[in-house]
Amino acid sequence: MGLTGLEIYKHLPKTNCKDCGSPTCLAFAMALASGKASLDACPHVTDEAKEALDSASAPPIKLVKVGTGDHVVELGEETEIFRHDKRFFHPTGVAVLISDTEDVAAKAEAFEGLEFHRVGMDFVTDMVAVQCDSGDAAKFKEAVETVAGKTEKAMVLITEDPAAMEAALEVVADRKPLVCAATADNFEKMTELAKGKECPLVVRGKDINETAELVGKVEGLGHKDLVLDSGARETSKVLADLTQFRRLAVKKKFRPFGYPAIAFTTKEDPREEVVQAGVYMSKYADVVVLKACEKQQLLPLLSWRLNLYTDPQKPIAVEAKLYDVGEPTDDSPVYLTTNFSLTYFIVEGEVESSRIPSRILSVDTGGVSVLTAYADNKFSAETITEAIKGCGLEDKVKHRKVVIPGHVAVLKGALEEESGWEVIVGPREASGITKFAKDNFA
Amino acid sequence: MAVEILKEKYRSKVGEVTLGATKDDGGTRSHTITVGGESALPFLHFEGEVPNRPVVALEVWDMAPEDWDPLFEKFYGDVWDDPGKWAKKCVDEYGADLIQIRLKGADPDLKDASPEDCVEAVKKVLEAVGVPVIVVGCGKSEKDAKIYGPVAEAAAGENLLLGVAELEDYKAVTSACMANSHLVIAQSPIDINICKQLNILIAEMSTAMANRIIIDPTIAALGYGIEYSYSIMERARNGALQGDKMLAMPMIGNVGLEVWRTKEANTPEDEEPGWGEQEERGMLWEATTAMAYLQSGINIMVLRHPDALKIIKGNIDDLMQDNSY
Repeated sequence: MGLTGLEIYKHLPKTNCKDCGSPTCLAFAMALASGKASLDACPHVTDEAKEALDSASAPPIKLVKVGTGDHVVELGEETEIFRHDKRFFHPTGVAVLISDTEDVAAKAEAFEGLEFHRVGMDFVTDMVAVQCDSGDAAKFKEAVETVAGKTEKAMVLITEDPAAMEAALEVVADRKPLVCAATADNFEKMTELAKGKECPLVVRGKDINETAELVGKVEGLGHKDLVLDSGARETSKVLADLTQFRRLAVKKKFRPFGYPAIAFTTKEDPREEVVQAGVYMSKYADVVVLKACEKQQLLPLLSWRLNLYTDPQKPIAVEAKLYDVGEPTDDSPVYLTTNFSLTYFIVEGEVESSRIPSRILSVDTGGVSVLTAYADNKFSAETITEAIKGCGLEDKVKHRKVVIPGHVAVLKGALEEESGWEVIVGPREASGITKFAKDNFA
Repeated sequence: MAVEILKEKYRSKVGEVTLGATKDDGGTRSHTITVGGESALPFLHFEGEVPNRPVVALEVWDMAPEDWDPLFEKFYGDVWDDPGKWAKKCVDEYGADLIQIRLKGADPDLKDASPEDCVEAVKKVLEAVGVPVIVVGCGKSEKDAKIYGPVAEAAAGENLLLGVAELEDYKAVTSACMANSHLVIAQSPIDINICKQLNILIAEMSTAMANRIIIDPTIAALGYGIEYSYSIMERARNGALQGDKMLAMPMIGNVGLEVWRTKEANTPEDEEPGWGEQEERGMLWEATTAMAYLQSGINIMVLRHPDALKIIKGNIDDLMQDNSY
C-alpha cells in the first residue's frame, strides 16, 4: 500500500527468474503494487527486503478491533482524506453513552432496542459506552456488568481511574472492550491493564502534541492496539485535530497518529448532539460517543454514516422489484426504471408527488443508470420483458401499459413486440413526471 | 513532542459575493451579506482564511403550500397567505439570515400566477424585511423566462440573488440579472463538468457576471444521494482552492425543499414506529443534511423547519471558532 511498482522493484532480486509466475521482476513489482500478487510468491527475496517492503506497505492507519464474535467493530485502516479519491472503509462506530449514575438497566434496554429498517437495510448502533461518573469503582463495575448482561455489542469503558477500570475489566475483559483512557497521569497502569487483557486502549493527551508523545510511551510499554483522543472537546478544535490525525497519518506516515481516532460530543440537547456527532463522523472520527438514544435522533446519523461510507465507484442498487407508491389498484399506472438507487429514489419522489397511486418496476441493471444500462444492453426489450413477466405485474393490473423513461424512447417498438405491452414514452427527466402523470393519468 | 502541523498550501481562494444592497448602493436592504472568500477547506481556520460565515435562509412561497407536511402549519399557517408577513416572521421570530421566495404560484399547473403577481409577491417580501432576498422561479422554464425580466426590473438596485440558470436555459435569467445588476444562481445536475461549463457560458455573456454567480450544484437529501452531491461539492471546492476560477464561486443548496420530500421526513410515527417521532426525525433529517453540506463547503442554505435553522446556526457558530495551532 502506498508503494509504487518501481519502489518495490528496487528491493527485488532483479533476476527475472520467473519462479513467481511473472515474466519479469518488474512485472511482479507492478502486480504487487496493484495488490494483485503477494510477496510470498517470490522464493528469492531477502529477509531485509521483505522487512523493508512489509513496513513500507503497512497501512497508514492501523486496524483496531473492539468487541468479540458477531459484534466486533473494526476501526481504522483508512487511506484517504476525501471519499471521492477512493473510499472510506470502516464506518464510524456509533457508541451510545450510559453513565453509571443513571438508570443503567433502562438505558441499556433502550439501546438494545435500537434497530432500524430503511431502504431495504438494517441499521444498528454498534457500540455502547459506559462511563464512571460516580467516582466509585464498585458502582462502575456494577453498571458495566448490568450493561454487559443486556447487550452483546462492543463496549467502551470510560474512566481515568485505573482502580475503577480494573474492577470493570474483571467482569468484561473477555468482551474486548475499548479501554478509555490512558492519560499522562495514569498511562503506565492503564497500559498494563489493557495490554494484560489484550484490550484496545484510548490514548488521551491534553492536545495533539501530548497525544503523540503519549502514544510513543504506550508503544514503548509494548501495547500497539491504540485509539487516539486529542483531548479537545470544542467542535471546531476537534475538527482540526481529527483532520491533523488523518492527514499526518495518511500523507506523512507520521507513525504516532497511525491509529484510529475517537471523539466525544458535549452538547446537552440531543438534537444538537446529533449534528455535532455528524461533524466528527464526516471528518475522520472512527468512533463517536454520544448520549442521544432515541430512534428519531440516531436514524439520521446512521443514515449519514451509510451514505458517507459507500464506495463512490460502486453504484448502489435498490432491490430490483415492483414497488408500490401510495395504494395502487389494478388500474394504476406502471413506471419502469433501473435499480440504480439514485435514479430509483428520484423517480419514486416524483411519482409520489404526482399524488397518483402508481407502481414502479425497477429493472435489475446491476445498479447503473438508464442511459448507461441501455448502452450496456442491460436495459433492453429482453431484460425489461423478463422483469415484467417475472414480477407478477400481469396479475396486479388489468391494463397492459408501461411508461418508459424518455431517454430510451427508441426501445418502444422492440419492447412492445417482445412483451406484448403497450409502451408509453415518459419524460426524459424525472422532474417531468409529475406533470406527465397529471396529463396522462389524472 | 511538537507535532508538525500539516497545512495545505492553496494557490487561490473562493470568490467573495455580496448579496443585497443598502440605500447607499441603490437598494433598500438594512444590511448586506457577504459569502465566500475562503482560502481553506471548510472551517479549517488553521490553514487559511474563512472570512465569512455560511448563512441560512428560510423558504417563503407566493402561495400557501398545499403539499407541505401538516406539521408546518403551526409555524407558518397564520402567515402563508401573505409572503410579506411570512418573510417577516421567518426573520423576526425564527432568525433567518435571509429569505428565499419561491414563485411557486406561477406554475401553470398550480395557480398560473402572472408576472405582475410575481412582482407583487417579491415587492411584499422586500418591503417586509431588511435582509437580502433570493428569488427563484416556479421551476417550469417556459413560464420562468417570462417572470425573470419583470421581477429583476421591479427590484432593480436590490442586488437580488435570482435563479435558476440551467445549461439548457440560462440566457433569460442571466440577461435579467445583467440588465438590473442582480446575482444569478447557476444550477447544474450533480455534475462538476456541467457546473463549470455553465459558469463559462454565463461569463461569456458578460465578464462582469463571472463574479456575480452562486453555484447550485443540486443537492440531494440525506439517504437520497447526498453522498454524490457531497463529493461533487468537495471536488468543486478543492478545484476552487487550486485555482480553477470557473469553480470558485460560493455555493447554495435547497436543503429544506429536498428533505421535506423524503419519506423519512413525512411519514408519521404510527406508520413507521421503528423510525421514532416524526417531527423531530424530519427536523433532524434536515439538520443532518445541512451539517453534511457545511462540511463539504456550502455557503448559503435554504431550510424549512425553524428548529433546524436554529440548530444549524448554532453549529455554524461553533465551527467558526478559530482552531489555529
